[in-house]
Amino acid sequence: MSTLSIESISMRFDLPNGGHVQALKDVSLEIKTGELMSVLGPSGCGKTTLLNIVAGFLAPTEGKIMLNDHLVTGPDAERGMVFQQGALFEWMSVRDNVSFGPRMAGKREKDWAETVDHLLDVVGLQDFKEKAVYELSGGMQQRVALARCLANDPDVILMDEPLGALDALTREKMQGLVLKLWKETGKTIILITHSVEEALLLGERLLVMAPRPGRIHKEYRLPFADDGVGRDLREVKKNPEFGEKREEILSMIWDMEEEIMGRTEEASA
Amino acid sequence: MTILIIYIVIFTAAFFVVRKGVSKFRQMQDFTSLKTVTFGDESAVRPDRWASVISIVTIFLLWGAFTGSKWVPIHAPGPFVGETEFVYTLEAPDGSRDDATVFARVFEVGQDAEEPEVDPGDGFAKNDGIKVGAWRSELLIMDKNDDVKRKEGAKIVAIDGQPVSAGESVRVADGSVALTSKGSINFSPAKGMQMEPIWLPSPEAVVARVGEIASEGYQNFTLWEHLFWSLFRVIVGFIIGAAVGIPLGYAMGLSDWFRGWFDPIVEFMRPVPPLALIPLVIIWAGIGETGKIILLFLAALWIMTISARAGVSGVAISKVHAAYSLGASKWQLMRHVIVPNSLPEIFTGARVAMGVCWGTVVAAELVAAEKGAGMMVMVASRFQNTDIVIMGIILIGIIGYGIDILMRKAEAWLVPWKGRI
Repeated sequence: MSTLSIESISMRFDLPNGGHVQALKDVSLEIKTGELMSVLGPSGCGKTTLLNIVAGFLAPTEGKIMLNDHLVTGPDAERGMVFQQGALFEWMSVRDNVSFGPRMAGKREKDWAETVDHLLDVVGLQDFKEKAVYELSGGMQQRVALARCLANDPDVILMDEPLGALDALTREKMQGLVLKLWKETGKTIILITHSVEEALLLGERLLVMAPRPGRIHKEYRLPFADDGVGRDLREVKKNPEFGEKREEILSMIWDMEEEIMGRTEEASA
Repeated sequence: MTILIIYIVIFTAAFFVVRKGVSKFRQMQDFTSLKTVTFGDESAVRPDRWASVISIVTIFLLWGAFTGSKWVPIHAPGPFVGETEFVYTLEAPDGSRDDATVFARVFEVGQDAEEPEVDPGDGFAKNDGIKVGAWRSELLIMDKNDDVKRKEGAKIVAIDGQPVSAGESVRVADGSVALTSKGSINFSPAKGMQMEPIWLPSPEAVVARVGEIASEGYQNFTLWEHLFWSLFRVIVGFIIGAAVGIPLGYAMGLSDWFRGWFDPIVEFMRPVPPLALIPLVIIWAGIGETGKIILLFLAALWIMTISARAGVSGVAISKVHAAYSLGASKWQLMRHVIVPNSLPEIFTGARVAMGVCWGTVVAAELVAAEKGAGMMVMVASRFQNTDIVIMGIILIGIIGYGIDILMRKAEAWLVPWKGRI
């Protein structure tokens, strides 16, 4: 049963100076229900563009996105989004933020109160539910964002560097939380990250993208996400295979960056 | 000049007194007090409340001291009041000289005074008596009663023994005496260093006026009615301006057609000072309430439009995306994301707009009005009622400050997340 299929997506747009940008070229992917796919790539490889297309915020110039056999044309509650900076609503309490989706759908409080309370428990914010979100730390805000997304029960969760702004320790804890939520809920997740380690730890599938034009460079299937569920992630990192993969992918991205630098220098010379 | 020097001396002296004396008793141990780098660290500069208090007291002290206030123990030297005299020497055409004394009675303006009784004395120059109001001067045709007149060639050669000729002046005991070009005497008693009430009335005179105008009224309206009407115009004008401007700003922030249509109008009208519209508004709507409210509406409109537009464009795109992917409709996005997110900007705009409106209403009333704080001040200045003018200015300032404080309180209550995102 295939749920999300990305069918030969291309994205090309004109610049005011007459040139054009080929942000994505012929990207095709199929993601099954319950898969967690992490996406890596040097800056400018179009990974955020791809995510925005899947979310429905951008329209591709060619190709289409199908979810559960219907065409994606715009944003919808079936595709939840978690942003780097939380994008929480400061004028609402933690609980109001988490219950935003159900409330917008016109559900009564008794229908969502239990789910919201459960999610607040899961992310460990039960004691903070009446607080204003600007009183929380960055890590807590990100947990609110996760809970808010899950409260809406989307089919697919799209994460755009959700842990990028957190400090190393908080980040590690949050990675464990993401894995736990993924296993518990069985959601399909696409996670964009800059951290090779994070991509390896969390990604059941790992997609490396290449820039100019943005395209899929290589795909891996990894065992680490399954290993990591409910365990200390530092143990997983000690796996020699983990280290090998990390080095391989790092040098791959490094080469791409070098190539970009070389091309830019040629262009300016 | 003297006042400036006194002010600087008080400023400096108070600084040293407070630093050396009082600071010892208020050693706070909060974080900022432990900073060693304070010069250049703006956050470490906290207003010294002693300085604020002394500053206010100094202003009232100087005001009182230089207007002869009874509330202030020390005074600058006042104008001379009382009896004084000086002697002039008249030279007859034949070269003989005779002295005569001028007895002057200097009285406070507003009180009745008689010219002093004078014994003419002997010789051909006779003694004179004059009365002069304090701060005024008096021309004395001293040869009216002399035996030899100026027409016959007599002239004054000295005052109190100091040689003098026409056009010159000399100091005497309690003032100065000038000879006019025609040779008569102009006596100006010493003015001292105090301000004349017509320039600057004493604090108690202003306070007394507040009481008087509050109960009896001025120009057919009591003080409260004047202030109420000014405030009423500001509030009505502001509310209408906000009621039109905020939706217009939202429309400009959300629709490119609205943005394109109104951009030239708003961008053109924004830099036009509302005061420049007063003549046109008077032509169109007269000097009544309608005209005032139209003017204040226009003053508030553009500010509120621009702040609402800025509020919409200030919404982080990720919040909009988040709301849509949580299933919000356009209307729900508006209601739950855009409006609350733009509130901080709208409040900033509202504070600016209220300030501008208050300034504009006073100015408009100065130009033409039947009632209002500005009209009260303007009419009072025409009749040289300086105490009413000063009272009006102080009350206008207090009200403007009060409006701003209320707006800030409302902001802190309604938009607690402002500046904390």
